[in-house]
Parts: sequence; structure tokens; C-alpha cells
Amino acid sequence: MAIEHHDYDVLVLGSGGSGLRAAIAAAEAGAKTGLVCKSLLGKAHTVMAEGGLAASLGNVDPRDGWETHFQDTMFGGKYLNNWRMAELHAKEAPDRARELEHWGAVFDRTPDRRMSQRAFGGHTYKRLVHIGDRTGLEMIRTLQDKTVHSAVDVFMETTITRLIKDGERVVGCFGYRRPTGEQITFSAKALVLATGGSGRIYKITSNSQDCTGDGYALAYEAGAEMVDMEFVQFHPTGMVYPPGVAGLLVTEAVRGEGGILRNALGERFMEKYDPKRMELSTRDVVARSIYTEVKEGRGTPHGGAYLDVSHLDSDYVRRKLPSMYDQFLELAGVDITKEPMQVGPTCHYFMGGIKVDADTGATRVPGLFATGEASGGMNGANRLGGNSLGDLLVFGRRAGLGAAEAAGKAGSVSLPADELAAAQAEVDTFLNGSGTENPFQMHKELQTIMGDGVGIFRDREGLSEAIGKLEGLQSRVGNLRAPSNRLDYNPGWQLCREVRNMLTVSLMISRAALMREESRGGHSRLDFTAYSDYWSENNIVTHMHSDGEMVLTPTPVITRDELGALVEARKEAEKAS
Amino acid sequence: MSETLTAGGTRKLQIWRGDLTSGELVDYELETEPGMVVLDAVLEIQRSQAPDLAVRWNCKAAKCGSCSAEVNGRPRLMCKTRLDHLPADQPITVEPLRAFPLIRDLVTDVSWNYEVNKKIPPFTPREDLPEGDFLIDQADTDRMSEFRKCIECFMCQDVCHILRDHRLHDRYYGPRFMVRMASLDMHPLDGLDRIDQIADDGGIGLCNITKCCTEVCPEGIHITDNAIIPLKERVVDARYDPLLKILGRNRRRPGKKKPAV
Ligand SMILES: Cc1cc2nc3c(=O)[nH]c(=O)nc-3n(C[C@H](O)[C@H](O)[C@H](O)COP(=O)(O)OP(=O)(O)OC[C@H]3O[C@@H](n4cnc5c(N)ncnc54)[C@H](O)[C@@H]3O)c2cc1C
Ligand code: SF4
Ligand code: SF4
Ligand code: FES
Repeated sequence: MAIEHHDYDVLVLGSGGSGLRAAIAAAEAGAKTGLVCKSLLGKAHTVMAEGGLAASLGNVDPRDGWETHFQDTMFGGKYLNNWRMAELHAKEAPDRARELEHWGAVFDRTPDRRMSQRAFGGHTYKRLVHIGDRTGLEMIRTLQDKTVHSAVDVFMETTITRLIKDGERVVGCFGYRRPTGEQITFSAKALVLATGGSGRIYKITSNSQDCTGDGYALAYEAGAEMVDMEFVQFHPTGMVYPPGVAGLLVTEAVRGEGGILRNALGERFMEKYDPKRMELSTRDVVARSIYTEVKEGRGTPHGGAYLDVSHLDSDYVRRKLPSMYDQFLELAGVDITKEPMQVGPTCHYFMGGIKVDADTGATRVPGLFATGEASGGMNGANRLGGNSLGDLLVFGRRAGLGAAEAAGKAGSVSLPADELAAAQAEVDTFLNGSGTENPFQMHKELQTIMGDGVGIFRDREGLSEAIGKLEGLQSRVGNLRAPSNRLDYNPGWQLCREVRNMLTVSLMISRAALMREESRGGHSRLDFTAYSDYWSENNIVTHMHSDGEMVLTPTPVITRDELGALVEARKEAEKAS
Repeated sequence: MSETLTAGGTRKLQIWRGDLTSGELVDYELETEPGMVVLDAVLEIQRSQAPDLAVRWNCKAAKCGSCSAEVNGRPRLMCKTRLDHLPADQPITVEPLRAFPLIRDLVTDVSWNYEVNKKIPPFTPREDLPEGDFLIDQADTDRMSEFRKCIECFMCQDVCHILRDHRLHDRYYGPRFMVRMASLDMHPLDGLDRIDQIADDGGIGLCNITKCCTEVCPEGIHITDNAIIPLKERVVDARYDPLLKILGRNRRRPGKKKPAV
């Protein structure tokens, strides 16, 4: 039977903020553009973002400007960021925010009727453009409407399981439509991975079902480099109770609006860990502080810390944090205007990702681009809240333009038959092979290994043990088979490839975590608690050797002479305080 | 905690299994944990008892609107509905939305909604705006924000009798898209006159204000009172005001132009 096939100049995988923005840019540049996503349009992970979008508009605090935003981002990332990315982001985020408003997004206002901005951890000035605590929904809906009225063809509920190469070049991809299981192929002169993160490798996560690291694995298998994979952001405040919702995010806006953290003894413990920034310290610090309080026996009944907004005016809380109010009332039976919440760390974001050229989103593989959480570099060792939504717009647009330009220069492409056959064989084996491994079961095992050995605090012993167990899983992964062999909406089938992807990602993370013998940002080693001079100048870059082995290489941070003075000034200021 | 969460215990679920040709409610039983939501239960059943059970979900945080189903006969987000808020003495029934064609089990084909959305012209700034930042009042923002909270769960579409019982999908956009129309029409800087679309292709006249939609909205949007009724009034004002008719004028908003068709 003939497979459904489509030809595009630019094909974007992912309909989160970065994918939509990339598709809009590519279409505007005149490229014939398609967009593929696993979920329905408008329901990608980005829809959950709450607190806001960081852009130094200076509407609330006129002292703000791109230089300070750049410095904050570098400081937050512990200077491992790709300087150029942090620069472009800080410079371009204001225009991208205004543009969103011109496309119909509606944000909260200042008294003089301009876009309002709220405080967030690690940002020197009030900087986050927001609407209540549902900024991601606003962004998704706006970009979704812009997309459907642009020349972009959308393929919803379609899972891509493999990138297809012709020699060195990525020329398309293969997958299937989830409702029917029918196979589908795309040829593309340029392909943009906007596939998001991989939170589902942990049991306790704020991430949606989509987040299984597909893009990381697909790019890695296609020969791209990965950077900073050891840096996983554990958001300090996830729900801890009831068990069914453990991990669900409690937005940082709660602290931005004045929420206070206390331990079971009633102590405002951030005084001990970061007396200057208190609750609005960077996420890595707050997460470790809560973890430490619990570990040392000062946790709440459900093993977290108290987060309290009951001292604030209750109408204000309901207006500024409506989803949080609903979420706790509905799911935990807690009225946050009257009682404290109980919160603890939850896996939230991947600083690491596919290594790209800052200006164009190009990977080292011809024809392959990446953007959004799928790409790495912008955030270094730790991401500041609000810097992802800005990143999606700034680099989504740049990747879309970069891909359109590359497509314009490329000749026609076609999918080599042997590559296609291999892709087909893989999905068919998951369905009809003789394997005996259950994907649901293996996913659980994987989550346990990662939670136990590669969590918020790490050490050599735990990491080595985790790597050993992950390698054990790797020897079984070829044996995965869906418990049912039907084609339509088969969740086990879907999970087979996802588990494989998650396993690849987990190995990258734990091996890089073992290599980085220091503590920095989102990476905390109990056996190497200080910064190391060597590692302060090196990222870890991971790629697949031609023999299939995973190779990790320390690689100097990408700096930029023009920005040296700004970075030095910030380092000096930090030392002085 | 103000509320003692009842410990789990065994619960019975009846989940609709089948496709367009045939189907039935199938009994399942499972051990529950405190605070479990219906989606947790369905996924646990999928994991351990019915690996091919089709269900659509994504965020499990009541934010994406994917997991709409009819729980005990009422449309709900499965991820926001706690088992212990449902009567303990009877099985919990979980069925797909009825207003849309079934794909399989709990999954329906909601693509019609996406087709309707395509027909609605996006926000289009008025041509007479001064250069520079948009200036908008917080009060206008609050009014639009209620509508923009919509997560497109399509549960209002599911209960609206015009779609569910009369199947007039070709004559009425449904409450979800009246909400969308309202958010655009009430944007102080939108430059399109949307009245004709709301009245004609949108079919707002078919709505007889039963308020069923408002009752099921998980975002608490006052669909009927705040979106549909004001839009109906605008249509009447614009089209049927007798005095203005005599004068040969109508009450269209200044600065708005008709969309190019
Ligand atoms: C609860 C929560 C709150 C947050 N709040 C904020 C905030 O206030 N500010 C901020 O800046 N950041 C915030 N973040 C982080 C931010 O939302 C994410 O980093 C960002 O949305 C990622 O967007 P993305 O475009 O990279 O990808 P995603 O939105 O993750 O989208 C990925 C897309 O790729 C598709 N996809 C994946 N794999 C495949 C495949 N194999 N085939 C086809 N399609 C595929 C998916 O279907 C999806 O459409 C928050 C995150 C969470 C979880
Ligand atoms: S009020 Fe109108 S839109 Fe809402 S359910 Fe009733 S008829 Fe449908
Ligand atoms: S208006 Fe409410 S019920 Fe209707 S789709 Fe939106 S969120 Fe769902
Ligand atoms: S899964 Fe997103 S709303 Fe329930």
C-alpha cells in the first residue's frame, strides 16, 4: 500500500510556542511550510506556562534594558550560557512580546495602560509580561490563530519516529498518524525540531505527556551534537499531595506576588540560604533549600515546605493567581487565601539540548535545525523563570528564518528507500515483533532509576549505579513490544519509541552528570560541592560516534568579546555583595 | 489540611469501549490512592488491564483541554475530577463526548471545531491606531481575559442541544466560538466589524439561552451571560434598531470595517 507522503521546503516538528513561531516565520519567508505535532493543535506543553515572558520593556521599571537582562541570564546560568544566545534573547524579546500583542495577545496592564511586568526569581527588575497565571495559554492561542491564518499545513496527532537522511543531509522524516496508525512520510529541504523537553523521564514532573525527549534522541541519532545535558531544572515548587497530582507545578508567580516559604517549625528558611534574594532566589537555590529542609527533618506532613499567600488580600490572590487558587481548591481541598500550600521540587525544564548556531538555529547536520526547549545553550547551567517563553519566540523565529533560507538554497530532496525501510521496520517490530518487554513497565523502571540516582543531588556512586541500570535497560530496549497490536490509538505502541528516546536522553544526562565534577546551577554533586575553575569554562558536548558509542567532550564555552565587559561587571558586582 | 482526604480503597469504573460500529460499557475495578482523579484511574487501567484503551490527554493539569469525557453522564475534565468527589456507592461511568464523531473508546473526532475556528478572522488592529505601544485599559483586559481563559475542552459544545441533539453543526458555531467572537469583538483595538459573521454564518440566533454550556465550563466562563447575551444585543442594536433604520443608519462601531470575504 502506498504511504501518505508530503513535500515541504520547511517542516517543523512541534506545536509549542517555538514550533508555531518557527512555522509562522518560515511561511512568511515564502517557504512551503508544514507543521507536525503529537497532540492536538493548541494543546502542546507550552499551554501550561504560567508566570510570564521575560522581556526588558522597562514599562514598570524604566531602569531595565537588554544589558541587565543579558547579565541576569548569564548570572542565572552560572556563565555557561552561549553568550550570543543570551545576547540575542535579551535584545529581541521586547520586540517579540510587542509583536505577540499585535497579533492579538492580551496581557495585564500598567496604570498607564501598557503591558505590565511582574517580578520573578533572578530578574533584577520587574520584567515578566503576563496575564494572570496563564501566560502560556495566551501565547499558544495567539500563535495558533496566527498559524492557521498563515500558509502552514498542520498535521495533528502525528508522531515522528525517525529523521531520514540522504548521505550527510536530513531530507525528511517518517512517522504515523495516531488515530489510525497509518504511516506517513515527509520530505523537507530543512527540518526544525521544536519538540520540547523530556520531563517524563522522572515520575515527579510538571511536564505534559508529550515531553519524552523525542527531538533529543532523533537529533542525536541523526548525528547532531547535544550540549549541557547534565543540567536539569527541578522547579522548587510542585504540589506534593495528594499523590495523583504530585509534581504539578505551583507557579513561581506565587512567590513573585509575595508568597513566603516556611518549614514545619515556622521558620522562613530562605534567610539561611539566600538572605538577599529570599524566596526570589534562583530556582536551583530554592529547590535545594527546600530539599535540604525536608531531608533534615523540618518538612511538612507530606514531605515539602509551606508556601503561604494567606497574608495577601484574598481578592488580589484570586485575581493574580486564579489557576493556583482553583488547582489547590479542586485537587487538594486547600483554600490558598486562607491556608498555606505544601510544595516540593519537581522536574521542570531541560537547560541542555541540541547544540545550535545562535543566529539561525542550525545544527551541525545539514538540513537540521532546532529551537525552544529542544535546543540548548541559551540557559547555561540554570534557567531563569520567564526566559523560556522569550526564548521560544526569539529563537523560534530565527530557526524558522534560518530553515527557510537553507531550504531556498537546497536542491530537491528525496527519501532513500533503505532509510525508509529501516524506519518502517522499527515501528512494525514494536507492534508485531517477538519482543516481550512491556513499555509501561520499562517506563516505570526508567523513572525510578532517574529519580533515585540522577535527581536534585548527585554523587559518583549514585550516578554510576544509575548508569549501570540504564545500560541494563538499553540491552532490553530492542525487545520492546506493545501489549496490543492494533493500529489505531495504541498508547503502548506510542510509548515503545518514546521509552527508547527517554532512555537515550537519560543516558546522556547521567553520563554528563558523572563527568562534571563540580556543583553548578541545576547540577549539584554531594562529592564535589564547589565550583571548579576548569568546569566554569567548559560545556559538555555529547554526540554519537560512528560505531554507535556515546561520546562526551568538554568544550569551551562560546564567548563573545564585545560582551566581556558586561559579564565582568556582573561578576564583580556579585563578588562585592 | 482542611479536608481529610479519604484513603483510596477499591473503586469500580465502567468505561465505554468501542468504535462507530458498536460498543458497550465495560467494568473495571482498581485499587485507588488518595486524591486520585478519573484520568489517573483510566491510565492505571490502561497500564495494567486494558493496554489498548484509547484516551486523549496531555497536561494532566487541567490546562490543555484534551481529556474531556462524560463522567457519570456529565462532561468533565478527567484530570480535574477526583474519584472521591463522586458517589462511592456506585460505579463511575466514563464515556466519550457525544456531540462529535467517535474515533474509539474515549476519543472523539473534534476536528470540526478546528474548521470553525479557521473561519473566524484573527485579531486585526484598527487602521487609525497611533504609532507605538498598544494602550489598553486593565478593565478591558479583564473583560477579554475571561473569554481568553478558554482551554478548548469543547465540553460546552458537547452539551449545547443545537449541536448535540439537533446536530446543526453547519448552522451554529457553538458556545466555544461565541466566546471567541466575544473576545475579539470586545477587544478595544480590533478593527473588524464582526456582527454579520456572528449573526449569519455563526448562527447566534439559534441559541435560546438554556445556559447548559455555562454550567459545564471548567474555566468558569459565564458563556451565556457575558459572551452570548451581549453579542445578541449587539446584533439587535446593529440590525434592528427601528429608529436608526428609519434614519437609514445602523449602530455599527466607529473605526471598524467589514472583513474581506
Ligand atoms: C507548568 C509549567 C509552567 C511554566 N511556566 C513558564 C513561565 O511562566 N515562563 C517561561 O518562560 N517558561 C515556563 N515554563 C517552561 C515552558 O513552558 C517550556 O519550556 C516551553 O513551553 C517549551 O516549549 P517548546 O516550544 O520548546 O515545546 P513544547 O511546548 O514542549 O512542545 C513540544 C511539541 O513537540 C511535539 N512533539 C514532540 N515530539 C514529537 C514527535 N516525535 N513527533 C511530532 N511531534 C512531536 C509535541 O507534540 C509538542 O507539540 C513552564 C513549564 C511548565 C511545565
Ligand atoms: S445557552 Fe445557547 S450556546 Fe449555551 S447550551 Fe444553551 S443553546 Fe447552546
Ligand atoms: S468555553 Fe469553557 S467549556 Fe467551552 S471550550 Fe472553552 S473552556 Fe471548554
Ligand atoms: S489532560 Fe490537559 S486538561 Fe486534562
